[in-house]
Amino acid sequence: MSNAHSSALRHHFANLDQQKDSSVLGMWTFIVQEILFFGGLFLVYTIYRHEYFDVFEACSHHLDWKLGAANTVVLIFSSLTMAMGVHAAALGQKKATAAWLVLTIVLGSIFLGVKVVEYTEKFEHHLVPGPHFLPPEEAAHELKIQPSQTGQAQLYFSLYFAMTGLHAIHMIIGIPIILYLAWRSWHGAYTPAYHTPVELTGLYWHFVDIVWIFLFPLLYLIGHH
Amino acid sequence: MSAVVAAREPQLPKEHYLNADYGVRSWLFTIDHKRIALLYLASVTFMFFLGGMYAAAIRLELVTPPGDMFSSETYNKLFTGHGVLMVFFFLIPTIPGVLGNFLIPLMIGAKDLAFPRINLLSWYCYMAGAGFVLYALVEGGLDTGWTFYTPYSTSFSNTNVILAGVGIFFAGFSSILTGLNFIVTIHKMRAPGLTWFRLPLFVWAHYATSLIQILGTPVIAVTILLVALERGFHFGFFDPARGGDPILFQHLFWFYSHPAVYIMILPAMGVISELVACFSRKKIFGYGFVAGSSLAIAVLGFLVWAHHMFVSGLSVYASLIFSAISFLVAIPSAIKVFNWTATLYRGSVSWQTPMLYAVGFIGLFVIGGLTGLFLAALGLDVHVTDTYFIVAHFHYVMVGSVVMAYMGGLHFWWPKITGRHYPEWWARVSAVIIFVGFNLTFFPQFILGYLGMPRRYHYYPDEFQVLNVMSSAGASILAVGYMIPMVYFAWSMRYGRIATANPWPATGLEWQTASPPPTENFAVTPTVDEEVYDYTRPPKEPTFV
Amino acid sequence: MFSGFPLFPEQASTLALGVDGLYFFLVLVTAFFFVAISAALLFFSVKYRRRSPHEWPAEIHGSLMLELAWSIVPFLICVVIFAWGAILFFSMNRPPDNAIEVSVVGKRWMWKLQHMTGQREINELHIPVGRAVKLTLTSEDVIHSFFVPAFRVKKDAVPGRYNVMWFQATKPGRYHLFCAEYCGTQHSRMIGEIIAMEPADFQTWIQGGPAPESPVAAGQKLFAELNCITCHRADSQGRGPVLDGLAGSTVKLLGGGTAVADDTYLRESILVPAAKIVDGYQPIMPTYQGQVSEEGVLHLLAYIQSLKGQAGAAGAAGGNK
Repeated sequence: MSNAHSSALRHHFANLDQQKDSSVLGMWTFIVQEILFFGGLFLVYTIYRHEYFDVFEACSHHLDWKLGAANTVVLIFSSLTMAMGVHAAALGQKKATAAWLVLTIVLGSIFLGVKVVEYTEKFEHHLVPGPHFLPPEEAAHELKIQPSQTGQAQLYFSLYFAMTGLHAIHMIIGIPIILYLAWRSWHGAYTPAYHTPVELTGLYWHFVDIVWIFLFPLLYLIGHH
Repeated sequence: MSAVVAAREPQLPKEHYLNADYGVRSWLFTIDHKRIALLYLASVTFMFFLGGMYAAAIRLELVTPPGDMFSSETYNKLFTGHGVLMVFFFLIPTIPGVLGNFLIPLMIGAKDLAFPRINLLSWYCYMAGAGFVLYALVEGGLDTGWTFYTPYSTSFSNTNVILAGVGIFFAGFSSILTGLNFIVTIHKMRAPGLTWFRLPLFVWAHYATSLIQILGTPVIAVTILLVALERGFHFGFFDPARGGDPILFQHLFWFYSHPAVYIMILPAMGVISELVACFSRKKIFGYGFVAGSSLAIAVLGFLVWAHHMFVSGLSVYASLIFSAISFLVAIPSAIKVFNWTATLYRGSVSWQTPMLYAVGFIGLFVIGGLTGLFLAALGLDVHVTDTYFIVAHFHYVMVGSVVMAYMGGLHFWWPKITGRHYPEWWARVSAVIIFVGFNLTFFPQFILGYLGMPRRYHYYPDEFQVLNVMSSAGASILAVGYMIPMVYFAWSMRYGRIATANPWPATGLEWQTASPPPTENFAVTPTVDEEVYDYTRPPKEPTFV
Repeated sequence: MFSGFPLFPEQASTLALGVDGLYFFLVLVTAFFFVAISAALLFFSVKYRRRSPHEWPAEIHGSLMLELAWSIVPFLICVVIFAWGAILFFSMNRPPDNAIEVSVVGKRWMWKLQHMTGQREINELHIPVGRAVKLTLTSEDVIHSFFVPAFRVKKDAVPGRYNVMWFQATKPGRYHLFCAEYCGTQHSRMIGEIIAMEPADFQTWIQGGPAPESPVAAGQKLFAELNCITCHRADSQGRGPVLDGLAGSTVKLLGGGTAVADDTYLRESILVPAAKIVDGYQPIMPTYQGQVSEEGVLHLLAYIQSLKGQAGAAGAAGGNK
């Protein structure tokens, strides 16, 4: 253990390796619990999609798959820029790290912006579940389902909002953290020997992206288009 | 002899974690796992007595068959408050939060848990959750039962479901963070030479518990979120009017809440292993089997959730599978009990207070565990489920066993935590009172349940009165039993006899440092070169003081 | 007056004996292990009590044989209990064919019951001794549970679903009926009585009072009122599937797959017709959600079930109009 890094070493660890191993294992454990967290929702989705496939298919056609696909591309690029940021941090390039991280934030914000557009459209069309949801006759017309299936359409949109909303919240939590990392990196907090925070946040960000990779086909691409 | 003792009268160390710093801030912003353990101790004790007051009110009401003390609304809020406080804010967090937090770093020879600040955050999550729930209980109450079954909780209850849900969400997050911390700490922070099979069984048990916390708790979190969305924003997930399935909620709920029972009992079993080993001066018989059975219980615990739903209309074949796996949980539980018993064989058995609690635990756990077989047996479960039989069963497991183990552990490690002894005579008396009071409270409930008295009943038929009066009488004895330790623990913190570093004496690294330990736990980094529970010779003098 | 202190519930159904047998077996198992383990603990702790603080007993290594023994023996006991419990459960879930049928609707906080002969009861159910009684349970609001301790049976009444339970009383008497699933404020008052009578007395009871309308007749009337006959004709020329013989059969669905036309399927077809479309038909049926009460649905189901194999029954219904 060299003294140069002792500022990063927390008092209760023997050395930086132990500290880093612990942090990485901690992050993976956190991601495991995240998987179970989303897993509950995916289970509910699977059951109702199986039960009410026709309605889910019809409602899915109401989502704009082009916006969804565009957002998927945006997120995949943000994962790339995040990976570049981690890479730059590992090489000790402070400014490059900061730049890649800022680019990640920009892409993440674009994604959220598109989500806002989509949500607004749902509000305007009264597709938010609850008492303001379209009355059966209009729902039948708008979504091309039977009037009696309106309740099940509400199930679909409930899941749509719950799943994409939770995903969006995870991104909203990620962005300020990345911003903080960019600022710290600019001021030289990370070195090739110690850049664990960047690496771990990268793991988190990739996880959030992967959730979307599942959400997009499950919600936007049911049946034929 | 007395002159010799006087000459070697133990002294408190000059500096230790308790006097390292003073003032409220030094506690509220501490990242020392030992201090955080004491924060937990204070808060769970408060919640335990609060939950106990709810229980007292329930038992008082049930002395007479008609609901003549409280209105039905109030009664329903009482048993809900009792359940929510005890399950989510006492039973689940207590042993990991207090004993686990305090001891795991000490037992594995680490200076702290891997993530001290996350540890503190976990306590704050607990407190935030407690705040929400207490507010919900005070401001209008909650009447869904701790199980929050839909559609009652989503569409019919007029009480603070969302607020309480937020509180439980926070408590769950606290539990997840604790589990995460333990997993990483046990993997990465063990002292040199401390291999997996040299770990105390307490650590094994907490490792298994942490796995459940990580894998189960997120599911209840998302389930509560769905209930809140359905209730607050009229989303539909479990609403039969929209094609949703209220039974699906029960699947999700029990996917966590059944393993949650093992979050409570596994750490308790870990404590019992330590106590039995120390007070019989024997390595735990079948150490590997006892360690492995903790993991087996953790894994099997995830595959049995639907045994709570045998009368809900679950298909017969699904019921068969869940029943069969439920029986399998009995095997690792039996292995533990037999091995603890066998540990005493040819040991050197001492009946000090922690051992009284350990033996009491084994007795109550045998009853609690075996009555679980009644509930796993399909045809019999139909009759006894949702009656006082199940109330008695889970109190034998969750109070009889878990609280006995917690009390035993608290007595055992009290000299380590405070540097002072509790008064032995009072402790033995209260242990006996608790044991007697507990059995008098809950044994009649088995009979009541088989007679058919449903749980959560405010009014009940006259013929159940005698047994209910017995139960209420037992509860008052139990209350006294719990009060006495409160008094003498508080007393002993100032006036108790000063303890040595290893007073019992016991094996384990936590006894190799001062009582109470310094902030960094060990003056020198410990190394381990002997096997676990080596009681064949006197434990070596504390070497890492 | 000390009759008020029973320790064991009355046995009043054919199922009770079997359940109690398993119960006593388990009580014995529990008592045996509790006594054995307690005795071992006490014996060891006296025999091997610490006589001096300087005792450090020799280590005993674990024994694989013992570990196997105390894993396998409990396992075998568990297999026995599991099989015993499963057999009982099977018999609880197989109502005899000749059972009297009663429909039950749970509603906060009362039980509404109706016999197939039309008699309605609230919080009371009259049944004959020696005949199996099959209950079809559902709920109008939250989950309830129909529990008769003397019969050792219990089943949840779940909104949107039909659960089935059955029992056969063995001796006349009045038995507690409890709601066993917490359902809100008056949960503990959602109680009632099962009144088991000698068959002759039951006949008298059921024939007393004005002749009520049977569920089948009520369903037939509702069927006509709602103009179901317009589409569901007796011949195969209607716009909707033929209902004659439908109940209990397996239907082919649009887009592949099949469904068994049980109560839950029929109920869904009435309330949410578009959920499952029978192969060969258009999804044109409107919903009857909100237009038919839970009891109305039960009546329609009773009527549809009565159409088993009576060709032309639906036509007769049309004739009634």
